[in-house]
Amino acid sequence: MPELKICFNLNGREVTVMAPPDMTLLELLREKLDLTGTKKGCEIGECGACTVIINKKAVNSCMVLVPQVEGTEVITVEGLSQNGELDSLQQSFIKNHAIQCGFCTPGMLMSAKALLMNNPNPTKEEIKEAISGNLCRCTGYIQIIKAIASASK
Amino acid sequence: MADSSITRVDVLAKALGKAKYTDDLKFDNMLYLKVVRCPHPHARVIGINKEKALAIEGVVAVLTATDIPGLPCQPKERPILVPEIARYAGDGVALVVAESPKAALEGAEAVRVEYELLEAVFDPEEALKTGAPLVHGDNNVAAQSKVCKGDVEAGFKEADLILEREYNTHRVEHAPIEPEVAIAVPTFEGITVYCPTNSPFQVRQIVAETMAMPQSQIRLFQPTIGGSFGSKCYDAGVLASRAALAAKLTGRPCKIVYTREESIVESTKRHPYKMKYKVGVKKNGKLTAMEVKIIGDSGAYKSKTPFVISRSSIEATGPYVVPNVHTEAICVYTNNVTSCAMRGFGSPQVAYASELLMDELAEKLGIDPLKFRRINGLKDNSLSATGQVMQNVTLDECLDKLEQEIKWSSRKAELKQQDKTGSIVKGLGLACMYRGESFGSAGQGSDYAGATLQVQRDGSITLYSAMSEVGQGGHTMLVRVVSEVLGIKPSRIFVSPVDTCYVPDSGPTVATRGTYVIGNAIRLAAEEVKAKFAEVAAEELGVRPEELVFKDERIYCPGDPSKSISFSRIAAQCYLKSKSPYGYGWWSPPVGSWDREKGQGEAYSSYVYGACAAEVELDLDLGKVEVMKFVAVHDVGKALDKEEVKGQIAGGVSMGIGYALMEDLVVRQGVVKTVNFDEYLLPTSLDIHEIIPVIVEQPSSYGPLGAKGLGEPVMSAVAPAILNAIADALGTRVYDLPANLEAVLDKARAAKGRCCND
Ligand code: FES
Ligand code: FES
Repeated sequence: MPELKICFNLNGREVTVMAPPDMTLLELLREKLDLTGTKKGCEIGECGACTVIINKKAVNSCMVLVPQVEGTEVITVEGLSQNGELDSLQQSFIKNHAIQCGFCTPGMLMSAKALLMNNPNPTKEEIKEAISGNLCRCTGYIQIIKAIASASK
Repeated sequence: MADSSITRVDVLAKALGKAKYTDDLKFDNMLYLKVVRCPHPHARVIGINKEKALAIEGVVAVLTATDIPGLPCQPKERPILVPEIARYAGDGVALVVAESPKAALEGAEAVRVEYELLEAVFDPEEALKTGAPLVHGDNNVAAQSKVCKGDVEAGFKEADLILEREYNTHRVEHAPIEPEVAIAVPTFEGITVYCPTNSPFQVRQIVAETMAMPQSQIRLFQPTIGGSFGSKCYDAGVLASRAALAAKLTGRPCKIVYTREESIVESTKRHPYKMKYKVGVKKNGKLTAMEVKIIGDSGAYKSKTPFVISRSSIEATGPYVVPNVHTEAICVYTNNVTSCAMRGFGSPQVAYASELLMDELAEKLGIDPLKFRRINGLKDNSLSATGQVMQNVTLDECLDKLEQEIKWSSRKAELKQQDKTGSIVKGLGLACMYRGESFGSAGQGSDYAGATLQVQRDGSITLYSAMSEVGQGGHTMLVRVVSEVLGIKPSRIFVSPVDTCYVPDSGPTVATRGTYVIGNAIRLAAEEVKAKFAEVAAEELGVRPEELVFKDERIYCPGDPSKSISFSRIAAQCYLKSKSPYGYGWWSPPVGSWDREKGQGEAYSSYVYGACAAEVELDLDLGKVEVMKFVAVHDVGKALDKEEVKGQIAGGVSMGIGYALMEDLVVRQGVVKTVNFDEYLLPTSLDIHEIIPVIVEQPSSYGPLGAKGLGEPVMSAVAPAILNAIADALGTRVYDLPANLEAVLDKARAAKGRCCND
C-alpha cells in the first residue's frame, strides 16, 4: 500500500510523516514516532490504554486511522508536562497513589485531561463517566478518581 | 517513621509515560514472531507445510518443535512448540519469524498444519471415569491433597444439624492490561531476554532447558511490568523460550507480543472448582465436623496445580475451629485451557464456599452471621484444620473493626425494615478469610530469598534483589526497609532492575512472599552493612559499636552530640581502608513439620486474617447487582505505607467484584469464546462505588518491620461477602459463580414466584 503524507500538530509541534493509510494512530505513535508512552491493551477500543486527546477529545488511538488525524491537534502523555513541570494531573496521580503497574496510567491521564479541558470542575459522577472506558486492573479506581478530583480543585 | 508516606520509586517515570515496558523496547535489525496455534482441543500433528508461508515476502523462517535444541517441554508441562500432541485449543505448533509484524501474521495464516483429531474430555468428573480420553499418563489425575483430623463420622453424630451443599466456581482470566511479551537478543556469550515476569529465575530455567544452554548463559532482564496477578510465570517462560529459539537460530533480536485475543486463548487461568461440603453444627452454633470434596480443573497441563490444590485443602474450612475434618481435593487434566497461579492461589475458591456455608448455617440456626463467626472463629491457641496451634490470631479484632465500621447490627435492622415492593432491594453480607503466608511447609515450592546491598563511595545505596515490581510497590517496600535500618533517605537508595546476571535467585514474587521473604533478605543485608559501618564509625569516633545509632544520614552516640559522623563519610572511609561496603542477606521462613499422608502439621509459619462486608443494591427486573459499599478489614502486620495498603485493598476488592458478578471465561468444547474485553468483562469505574479499607496492625513475628503480605489476601473474602449480601437481599441463594445478570434474575424470579404463591 502506498504511503500517505500526513501533517498534524503533535504535542504542540507540527509534524509531517509518511505512513500507510491503514495504519492506526496508535501504531504511528509507537512505531514511527517513537512515542511509546501510549499503550496497547486490546486494539478494539475497549481498554483505553491507548487514549490520546484529539482536538480536545479523549479518543482511543487504536480506533483511529492515520488519515483521520490530518490537520488535527493531538496530545499524548508525553505532551502533558510543560517545560519540565509535571501537569497537575500527573502530580495528583503520584500524590494520591493512583499508579500501581502504571500500564493504564497514560490513558487514564489523557481521559482525565480531556475531561478537565472541557469541564474544569467535574463531579465525582462525571469523573467516573470520563474514565469508564479506561480499564485498570490494579487500583480499583478509587485513588484514580480521588486524584482527578483533587487536580480539578 | 514507618507509616509516613514516601513517594513510590517507580511512579514518576510511569506518570510521564517514560517507563519502558518490554513492548516499548526496540533493537536494530529486530524480527517479529507469530505463533500458529492448534484450533482443536486434542489433536496429533501429522504434518506441517511451511512452503506457502516461506514464500511470503518478509517471512524469514518457520520453526517447529524439531528446531528446538533442548527440551520442547517438561513432562506434563505446556510445550514451547508441540512435538506431537496438542492438548488444548491454543497449544503452539509453529512459529513464524518475519521482518515485520504484518509479514509474521500473514505467514502464520499461510502455514498449513494437518491434524488427526483425538477424542477430548472437558469435564473433570468425566475425565476421572475409566475409559475417558487420557490427557496425560494413565488416569488424568494432576494432583491430590488431603487434610484429615479427628473422626468426622463421630462429629456428625454429635451435630444437631447437618447441611450438605455444592458450590461451583468458574474460570477467570488474570487480564493484566499489559499482554504477554518477550524480546530475545542473541549475544556472543548466550542470549539476553527482556520479559515481564514475576518468576525471573523460573523463566530463565525454562529458556535454558529449551535451548540446552547453561542457565548462566541466559540473562533475563525485567523491564517495567504492566501487572501480573500470577499470570506472568510459566506463560512468560513459554514466550521467552520462543523468542530465544528464534533469536538463536536467526542470529537477530526477536520480539513476540500477544494480541489480547492470543493472550486470552493461550494463557493460564484461575482453577474452576466444584466443591461439596457436608457440615455438622450444634444448636449453640458450634461446628462439630466438616467433610469437603473438591474437584478442580487443571486444564491441559500441570503448571502450579499441585501447589494450588494443596493450599485449597489446607484452608478449606475457613478460619474456624472444626474438631473433625476430612478434606479431599483432586485436580484433573482436561483438554481445556490450563489453570495456574492467580492472585489468591487456591484461597478464593474455598473461602467462597466456606463463607457461604457459614452464612447459611447461621441463618438456619437463627444466629446472627457475625456472631456465628465469632463463636467458631480461630483464636490464640485454637487448633486449625491441620492441627496447628494458632498464634497471633487477629480474626476477632478484624470482626470488631468490621462491626464498628459498617454498624453491623443497626444497619442490618434498618435493612430488615426496607420496603421490598419496588424493583430495587438491598442486602448486607459478610465474609471472613485467613491465609498462610508464602509457600508453607506443605511443600508448595522451596522458599528462600537472597538480596545484596552496596553502599557507594558517596553513601548512596544500590539494592539488588529478585523482587518483581508488578505494581504492588515491592521496590518501594525494599527501600523503606533499608531506609529504616540504615537511617538513609529513600531518595538516596536505588533499586536495581531485576537482572538474573546480578541479583540473587530468590524464587518468584508470588504467594504473598515478596514482602515476607525478600523483604527479610534485604533487611539482613542492611543489618550486615550496619554492623560493618558501626565498626568503622566506632573506630573513627572512639566509641564502642553498640553505642551507635543510625539516623538522618548520620551515625552517632545518642548521649554525646560530639560523637557523630555522616553515613557518607563512613562509606568513603570503607573504600579508603579497603573494607567491604557490601551486605548480603539470605532468608527462608521457618519450616514446620508436615504429615503429607494426613495433611496434618504446621502448614504455614504465619497467617493473615481479614473480615469484609458488602452492601448491595439489586435490581429485580434486570438482575443487576451494584456493590454500593464494601468494607475490607485486613491484618497487614504493620502498614509500611497506609495509602499504598489502601490501594492494594481497593484493587483486590475490584478484582473480587469482577470474580463475583461479571467476569467469566466461557469455554465451549475446549474453545475459548470470550477472547477480548468486549466479551470478557472487567469491572470499570462505574462498577466501583464506596470501598472502605480498614487496617488492623498485629506486627508479624517474621515479616520485615512487622509487615505481612497483602496482595493475595485482599481478594479472598470479596466474592463470598457479595454473594451473602445478595442472599440477604433476595431471601434465596446463588451457589455458583458468577452471580451475573442471568443467575441473579433467575433467582429473583423464583423468589418472586414463591412470595406471590405464598
Ligand atoms: S488498545 Fe485501544 S482501547 Fe485498548
Ligand atoms: S495501575 Fe495497573 S492497570 Fe492501572
